[in-house]
This record gives sequence, structure tokens and C-alpha cells, in this order.
Amino acid sequence: MLAYAIRRLLATIPVMVIVAIIVFSLLYLTPGDPAAVLAGEQATADDIARLRLALGLDDPFLVRFGHWVAGVLRGDLGTSVFSNRPVLDLIVQRLEPTVALTAASLFIAVLIAVPLGVVAAWQSGRIIDRLAMGFAVLGFSMPVFVLSYLLIMLLSVEWNVLPVQGYVPIAYGFWPWATHLLLPALSLGIVNAALIARITRASMLEILGQDYIRTARAKGLSAPAILIRHALKNAAVPIITVIGISFALLISGVVVTETVFNIPGMGRLVVDAILRRDYPVIQGIILIFSMAYVLINLLVDLSYGLFDPRIRY
Amino acid sequence: MSPAVPLPAAPLLELRDLDVSFRTEGGWLRAVQGLSFTLGAGETLAIVGESGSGKSVSALSVMRLIPDPPGKITGGDILYQGQSLLGFSERQMRQLRGNDISMIFQEPMTSLNPVLSIGQQIGEAIRLHQGADRPEARARALDMLRLVQIPEAEKRLDAYPHALSGGMRQRVMIAMALACGPRILIADEPTTALDVTIQAQVLDLMRDLKDRTKAAILLITHDLGVVAEMAERVIVIYAGRKVEEGPVRDLLRCPRHPYTRGLLGAVPRLGASLKAEKAGRLLEIPGTVPRLDQPIIGCAFAPRCAYAVDRCHRERPPLEARDPGHLAACWRAHEMEPL
Repeated sequence: MLAYAIRRLLATIPVMVIVAIIVFSLLYLTPGDPAAVLAGEQATADDIARLRLALGLDDPFLVRFGHWVAGVLRGDLGTSVFSNRPVLDLIVQRLEPTVALTAASLFIAVLIAVPLGVVAAWQSGRIIDRLAMGFAVLGFSMPVFVLSYLLIMLLSVEWNVLPVQGYVPIAYGFWPWATHLLLPALSLGIVNAALIARITRASMLEILGQDYIRTARAKGLSAPAILIRHALKNAAVPIITVIGISFALLISGVVVTETVFNIPGMGRLVVDAILRRDYPVIQGIILIFSMAYVLINLLVDLSYGLFDPRIRY
Repeated sequence: MSPAVPLPAAPLLELRDLDVSFRTEGGWLRAVQGLSFTLGAGETLAIVGESGSGKSVSALSVMRLIPDPPGKITGGDILYQGQSLLGFSERQMRQLRGNDISMIFQEPMTSLNPVLSIGQQIGEAIRLHQGADRPEARARALDMLRLVQIPEAEKRLDAYPHALSGGMRQRVMIAMALACGPRILIADEPTTALDVTIQAQVLDLMRDLKDRTKAAILLITHDLGVVAEMAERVIVIYAGRKVEEGPVRDLLRCPRHPYTRGLLGAVPRLGASLKAEKAGRLLEIPGTVPRLDQPIIGCAFAPRCAYAVDRCHRERPPLEARDPGHLAACWRAHEMEPL
């Protein structure tokens, strides 16, 4: 198990190198000049040229890439062109809201999706199944920002039970933190729940047709015992896998959600950085997001063994 | 309070004119039609038939485990100790399943849950029906594993099914089914999926356990060799109907229905192929089981029957006693000679 984990961890290195190359080249190739943005509208061509030289923007691609990678390996993600502060500091400042939002959304998504999928599979073909899957299609086909505004309208404006927007760090108390987080996490969670619920239903349906489910019924077990103890544990591997995959969805959702709800997280940071052509910040955030995605999916792979004793590493 | 004079004992299990149908795209498929039989306490009754004859369906309907939809018990009654199981609530049925009536299935490879340990799967029924706590259930599960003669039982308790051979898994299934001391054990093709040598071991084990537990066995099989080894009485079903019933000795010596004769002809005998005149092929019954989604006129077996006369195609023969306790549904049953 440990050897496997280490092997898998080492195997993520080439993945991260490729991600780094793509991230770096993409921004290198996109039109627009950070020096021009930085220098402002009054700057002359000379000013911009001087700035480009100072920032090293005129160096060859490989040289610039080399500098950047060497920095990353030392834990230095570079300096923001806009604010002149280390990128890592900027990210660390914005980390808490994003981690909280992602974790809460994933939690809500699983909390909604798994029971929904299990019940839908159990009642397959009946009205509850149709309603659940109708809800899933609706949730999945609705853009995050539309759902966000609908929820704001309903819960904040009409009923006035939750704050409209903003973020309160958990250090200022659990309750303000939770109430501010609930609405964005709900909008983002519902969209993800739709995907997970569908996979849960499909996976459960397959398992419920197995011979050992009949054996469990022949023992006299009740429906909940059969569904949870006998079926869900067997259906877990595809469900966990899709939860891992939905994490990617979540990251792109975070960017939109943070913008809609005015949450000062990494999503907002990256949007602002893109608008300002602040390359080092964009690169740093995408790198961090990619790393998180790779790590989450490593955890997913490692967790298979917990659910299925036939899987050994 | 028990009555001073004991009433004539109701049979342990009785099926009365049971009809089971399945809804298909082409209409209702009548899998079991008017099936009646009784099973006495401690008795072993075999139900014999080809695939698709309705034998597994009738076994599952005793447990009320027919998947509904598409299946449905459309007529008749099932009586356990004189009580109609069809009137039982789902909760009452659950108390019966695995406790009074339990079942072992054909496929030991797929009938055990791959993600639960052997000990958990055996202990589960004990905890459920006998209110045992975890350590108690575990101890009882260990006893059961020893009872079914699984070597290194302590080690197997925490093993998962994939680590066991087919024969061992079927022993686990038997241990599971007998864990709560059921009065009826329904065994649906318990040895079909096993190697011949393992088959013999499992049959020996079942006979031995039957003597010890006094459970009645309802044995579902297509294999008349197994019937001869295990059963006291036999029912032969064809196309969802009982075509012959009798004590195992009578029925095997002098089958009164051509279908039973065909099944016996299809049993390979050790050494049979060595005889010069019978060398080569096994005997087989020509044709296939008729479709059950359309009404059958006359005897369902007539199209495949070497003895069929005109009348067989027009009128369905009634089930009539030929010898004491030996019934057959065939117009020409009286002409059948002992084999």
C-alpha cells in the first residue's frame, strides 16, 4: 500500500511537468503584453520596452521557462507583475475561502447525491426515481451562475434567511462563516450532485441485480440493510471515482461562484489576474489547482481498497 | 395452550394451485401453473425439470422473493404450518426468511457478497434473527464453518469470498442458510456449478447436516442422479406444470410420464459409453421447452413426445394416481413399463 502510494506519487511528477509546460506556453502564446498593462495608458513605447527588459519578457522561451521552473522547485512561484508581491503569498491569503467553498460544496454534493441515487435505483422506474433523475438533469444542465442567482433571489432577497454575498473567515466564528458559505456551497454542490447522483443510480442498479443481493434478501434483511450494507459498498468504486472527477468541475465552478458571491478566494484571484495579464499569478494558481486535482484523484485510487477487498496494491 | 388431542398435523409447507406469471412485452408469461405439493417436516422433496420449467420460480415464490415487477403470484396459495404466506406482510416475511425458511443458490461464485467477510455474512443472519451481539454471532459463525467442515475455520472467518474455491463457497452458503436452524432448506441446484468430485462432497455434507438438523429440504435440480442420492419424493415439472409425482424409488424404476423417461435417458451413466451398441452420443429429448406466453392446447410435452397420439395434442391429460402416491399426467401412463 505505502509502496504503491509512493510509486503513484512519483508518477505524478511527469504529469505535473507536462502541466507546467502547457500552462507556461499557453500564456506565452496568448496575445497581449503585461508590460503595456503595467505601464499604464500614458506610457510611451520606450517605457514599455524598458519594462519588458526589466521583467525578462524579451528572453527566449526556454530561458524564461527554466527560470520559472527553478523558482517553483524552490517554492517561489514568482512575483505578481501587478502588485509586486510574491505569488505564493497572494495564494496563501486566498486559500481559506476557496478550500472552505470546495470542501463544503463537495460535502453537500455527496450528501444530496448518494442518498438520491440509492433511492432512485431502489425505486427504479417508479415515480420517485423519475423525480430524482429529473432533478438531476435539471441540476446538471443549469449553469452555476443561474442557480446561484436563483438561490440568492429566493433565500436572501425573498426570505432573507442568508446573507447575499461575501465571506467571513472561520476565525471570526463558526456561525457567520457557515451562513455566508452555505449559499455558494449549495449552488456549486447541487450542480455536482446531479452528476454524482446519476452515477450512483447506475452503479447501484447494476449491483441490485446481482445474485448476492438475492442471497441477502433470502436472509431476511431489511431494505435499508441490503441497500447500504450489501449494495452501496459494492457500488462505491464508480461513485468515488466520479466524485474525484467532479472535483475538476468544482474548480471551474469555484471561479464562477466566487465571482457571483464576491468571495475573495483563488477563483477571484485568477479572474483578476487574467484581466491584468498577471502571468506569474495565473501560472501559480493553475499549477496549484492541477496539483490538487492530481492529489485528490490519487486519494480516490488509494481509497478503492477500503471498499473492495479484491483490490490490493 | 396446546389442545389435549393433537390435530392432524398440517404439512410443514403446502403449495395449492400456485400460479406465477411474469409480465413481458408480449403479455403475461405463465411460468408456474396450478402447482400443488406438500413438504412434510424433515422430508426431502426434489423438484425436477429442465431450465425454464418453472422450478426455480416456484422455489423463489415460497420465499416471496420473485422480483415484482415483472413477476407476480397470480393465483393459489402457499401455506407454511397452515398459515398463508401470501397474507404475510413484508415484515413478517423477513422474520421468516433466513430463520424458518432459508435458501442456497446455484452459483456459489456470485451468491456471496464480494465485499463482506465470510464471518460477517454468516453472522448477519444470526444477529438479525437471534439478536446475538457481534462476538456471539462471530462465535456462532465459527461453529457453522466447522459444521460444514471448512478447514482452518478461524482463518476463513475473516477471509473474503474471492479467496475461496467454489466448493468452499458453497459450504459457506450452506453454513449461512443453516445458521438459524431453519425448518425448511430450499436448495436451488446446489451442486450444478461444482466439479463432479466436489458435488459428491457437498451432497454428502447436505445429507449429513439434514440428519443432524432435521430440516426439510426442497431440492431443485435437473439432475436425476442427485435426486436418487438425496430425495425421498420427486415432482417432475414441465412447462410450469407438474407432470409426475411419486416416491423416488417408484418414479425412477417405473416413470409414468414420457418426459421423465426422457430425463432418465439423458442421465449419463458411468460405463454406458463402453457398451458397444450404445457407444457415442447421449440420449437427448428432441426439441425445446414450449413458449409460455401463449396458451398451450393439449399436453405441453406432446410436440416432443415419442408416445404422443392425436388426443395428446387436443386435450390436456389430468394428473392421476397410477400407483399409491405416484401420479402422472399422461394419456398413456398405464402403458409405461418399468425401465
